[in-house]
Amino acid sequence: MTAYDVVTDRPSRRRSWVWPALSARHIRLKGLLPFVVPILLVLVWQVFSSAGWISTRVMPAPTDVAAAFIDQVLSGALFHNVAVSGARALAGLAVGGTIGLLLGIANGVSKLSEQLTDTSLQMLRTIPHLAMIPLVILWFGIGEESKLFLTSLGVLFPIYLNTFHGVRNVDRELIEMGRIYGMNGWTLFRKVILPGALPSIFVGLRYALGIMWLTLIVSESIAASSGIGHMANQAREFMMTDVVVLSLLIYAALGKLADVIARAMERHALSWNPVYQR
Amino acid sequence: MSGYVSRYAPRPGTIEPMGEHGQTVFAEATEPVSIELRRIAQTFGQNRVLRGIDLDVPAGQFLAIVGKSGCGKSTLLRLLVGLDRPTSGSLRFADRSGDTVEANARIVFQEPRLLPWARVVDNVAVGLGQDVDENTARVKALMVLDDVQLSDKADQWPARLSGGQRQRVALARALVSRPGLLVFDEPLGALDALTRITMQQLVSRVWRELGFTAVLVTHDVSEAVHLADRVIVLDGGKVALDLEIPADHPRHHGDPDLAVFERRLLDAILGGH
Ligand SMILES: Nc1ncnc2c1ncn2[C@@H]1O[C@H](COP(=O)(O)OP(=O)(O)OP(=O)(O)O)[C@@H](O)[C@H]1O
Ligand SMILES: [Mg+2]
Repeated sequence: MTAYDVVTDRPSRRRSWVWPALSARHIRLKGLLPFVVPILLVLVWQVFSSAGWISTRVMPAPTDVAAAFIDQVLSGALFHNVAVSGARALAGLAVGGTIGLLLGIANGVSKLSEQLTDTSLQMLRTIPHLAMIPLVILWFGIGEESKLFLTSLGVLFPIYLNTFHGVRNVDRELIEMGRIYGMNGWTLFRKVILPGALPSIFVGLRYALGIMWLTLIVSESIAASSGIGHMANQAREFMMTDVVVLSLLIYAALGKLADVIARAMERHALSWNPVYQR
Repeated sequence: MSGYVSRYAPRPGTIEPMGEHGQTVFAEATEPVSIELRRIAQTFGQNRVLRGIDLDVPAGQFLAIVGKSGCGKSTLLRLLVGLDRPTSGSLRFADRSGDTVEANARIVFQEPRLLPWARVVDNVAVGLGQDVDENTARVKALMVLDDVQLSDKADQWPARLSGGQRQRVALARALVSRPGLLVFDEPLGALDALTRITMQQLVSRVWRELGFTAVLVTHDVSEAVHLADRVIVLDGGKVALDLEIPADHPRHHGDPDLAVFERRLLDAILGGH
């Protein structure tokens, strides 16, 4: 990947050498650059839809999606569904994340706990949690428990693995230093082990957020009577492609939002790390 | 302080680079401890690292330990600060009146071992232990930081400091609790030559001001001779040479009288027995 980056870097440098004036203007517009391709795509999409080259049954026009968005906002359905999905996501993250975090810490700190649970967890981890949907529906029906169970399960493993790894890899010399200065138990954990493991825990969290949304989309489409996934699935039955596409966009926006929040938390919590210092 | 009568006259007109910072910040000096080691042996599996060390270090002395790599210097230091227990033998600390005491012992390693997620002043405050309230800890930490001339870095992250500055923070952290015994394990080994000299002067100055008992492990014989009252050579798990360096502090680099001691020590380390 790095080699590829280096190769693509070269032509642009050569161009700026050939057209220095143009490259100066480039620098001023640089902030807008990432938006050029999406905006162009939406424009082309709109033109194709308006000209009738794409059937609305395949793909609604961007204006139709915007109209659906306004409709859903005005009827209150959108807010309701986003709130329901968001609450499910947070509940799953809280439950699965807490269990994963506690297990990771326990197994990282205690050899006994590791021997007791790590092998079992590693075995459970190899089962794709979405494969459990039929069983989960049998257990819980399509109630809230099924979504909570699946998202918790999906979130648990990345958090567990990264917390465990993080705690295990805290610098032994720092721990020894802490002991010399009279830290033990809770103090040692709070001042040395947890901060040392935090970078790794954040990696787990951001990975878990992706799995959280994925699990929620799938389980809401299959077994739910509310939420964005349900909204999309219902729209499909009535061939309302605009609402289906709107649901996708909302998932994308929620996913992005979660990632932005997680990144901000990471930057704040790890501000001591040279990587996050500007 | 060293208790030795100097054969050397103090040199007038020499400038000690730390001198402009001469005022003593340390209100309270420390109560140094004496060390008494009897037949100390340390064995790791089949590896008999220390084979009966007998050593008396008077309170307030600056002792340097030199020897080949792997001869057990770090092992001995870890026993002194209570990080390990000896396989056999006894170890006793006493105050000036000879009463057995708990040594308030601190150690400075080759690597500074600072908490990367704590600011410099908080790293120093770690040295005060857990029972000190935050404000007192900060005030004391700032005072010691001033003494190692890092007040302006108090609220920096350790990652922003140079190697020498980090080691000064580690020294401040060890000093802040007024240790009776301060043990150094090659503390300057990772520093460049110029920083080493400044750091040596700093270590020498705080030792003279605070009066703790100091034990320094170094692979640099000239550093040992420069800083210590007494140098011992460890070899084969025993004390192979015990040499007093009766010169006044502060000492100066390139002193021909010190060179004689350096040569004797090097001979003892390299030349066999
Ligand atoms: N915890 C331990 N377990 C097993 N062997 C050990 C342990 N600590 C030290 N040793 C062994 O003891 C011997 C002396 O080690 P030590 O670290 O004391 O040497 P040193 O004199 O400090 O060397 P250096 O100058 O390279 O730092 C070595 O052979 C080492 O392998
Ligand atoms: Mg060593």
